Amino acid sequence: MIHCYQFDGLNIVLDCHSGSIHMVDPVAYDMIRWYETEPAEDVISKAVSEHGITREEAEECLADIDSLKEAGKLYAPDKFEGLARDFRKRNFTIKALCLHVAHTCNLNCSYCFASQGKYHGERAIMSYEVGKRAIDFLIENSGYHKNLDIDFFGGEPLMNWDVVKRLTEYGREQEKIHNKNIRFTLTTNGVLLDDEVTEFANREFHNVVLSLDGRKEINDRFRVDYAGNGSYDKIVPNFQRFVSKRGNKSYYIRGTYTHYNPDFLNDIKHYLDLGFNELSMEPVVTDPSSPSALTEEDLPVIFEQYDELARLMVQRHKEGRPFTFYHYMLDLTCGPCIYKRVAGCGSGTEYLAVTPWGDLYPCHQFVGDEKYKMGDIYQGVTNTDMRTHFASCNAYSRPECKECWAKLYCSGGCAANAYHATGDILGVYDYGCKLFCKRIECAIAVKLLTSDIRKPGDE
Amino acid sequence: MTRIVTIETRDLDKSAKEGGCGECQTSCQSACKTSCGVANQACEKLSK
Repeated sequence: MIHCYQFDGLNIVLDCHSGSIHMVDPVAYDMIRWYETEPAEDVISKAVSEHGITREEAEECLADIDSLKEAGKLYAPDKFEGLARDFRKRNFTIKALCLHVAHTCNLNCSYCFASQGKYHGERAIMSYEVGKRAIDFLIENSGYHKNLDIDFFGGEPLMNWDVVKRLTEYGREQEKIHNKNIRFTLTTNGVLLDDEVTEFANREFHNVVLSLDGRKEINDRFRVDYAGNGSYDKIVPNFQRFVSKRGNKSYYIRGTYTHYNPDFLNDIKHYLDLGFNELSMEPVVTDPSSPSALTEEDLPVIFEQYDELARLMVQRHKEGRPFTFYHYMLDLTCGPCIYKRVAGCGSGTEYLAVTPWGDLYPCHQFVGDEKYKMGDIYQGVTNTDMRTHFASCNAYSRPECKECWAKLYCSGGCAANAYHATGDILGVYDYGCKLFCKRIECAIAVKLLTSDIRKPGDE
Repeated sequence: MTRIVTIETRDLDKSAKEGGCGECQTSCQSACKTSCGVANQACEKLSK
């Protein structure tokens, strides 16, 4: 299976099952597409008549296409179905936890999937004892994994800062004893991001996610306190101070765009103006009846924004002022292996969320949905059927994905998004698929346009 | 090849033979928190 598209003068051919990427000239672009379904002789004749080239030139191009096919870099057969099942089920180890240290929040964002941090339940704070047991549970169940991830999440985790600090210190002690490497991360709205938190987080946390939706009027539409006051003026100086002291450790300024700002590139430019350059901007996933839900009419605008974002990244790269966009990050040579590409997200198997009282859920986006409760940190995973269900969720679990060129880039996508859009983790969130495919096309184009790779026709 | 330039990418067949080590990031949890596309993750084995 191949996927062909054009971006700002580049003709790009992706070979789905080998992961190969080809930059081609207009003649090869057409011949590669025709050759999928038409006999070689017809392909040659059409190339001669439509591109005005000689028969010898067309034959030469076809020979190149044949040699790439022979080398397994074009029209490669799909050999990977089945790998994920074996990989994910070989043993059920756990390597990442999302610790919901605070089911409460000091902001009252109306679009919050966690319903202002309460996850449709009561306000709650995780005790040190529960958190400590969660870390022990993770280490006990981590098997051969050396790298373990723990994210402090909420609600707003800084509302339980003392416990966050103590748990980090406990984790540091335990990782030495058990020969593990724990990467702590934090997701915060920034309201309580003071000097003490900044100093500790910049020393201890592998990554920090800072929530800001962009321009003041956009951020303050949803991200308000309980009195209805916007948070922008409070959090932006905190984030700027934090990032100025971050050094070379990673962070993301992370925003959500909605039906109210499909022109989200303006918000990304605003991040850049504020001095941030590690950026993530996510489409809202919400009930389609919500006024903030993205619509079909928004799609052309969103696609254009992604194209323009790609152009901005290329331009800033050339100017020596590059920035990172999470969904355009791509490592072509050292990216994920085929097992990872097929298996996808580890939610419900390798990754679990822990509530303030120690219940386990497949991921943070399922917390509060009782039927998805998987067990607790004392008894472990008791709903093993649910775990098996999540283990079966991969790049090949849906018939639609089998025919999709992007399946080995997205790996079947987000189980929570599928569930919230269709009622089934094995459903297809079609809108999300369209956005994902667009982002991957742009990500690859940015990669090609910012590299020194020779273009077809260059000497 | 004058009309086709093939970009260097990870050999997926080879990675199938080598096996997955399982040390890479397993979810979106420490980044976007809303959708895990694995394509943008780095391989822990190769990036060591």
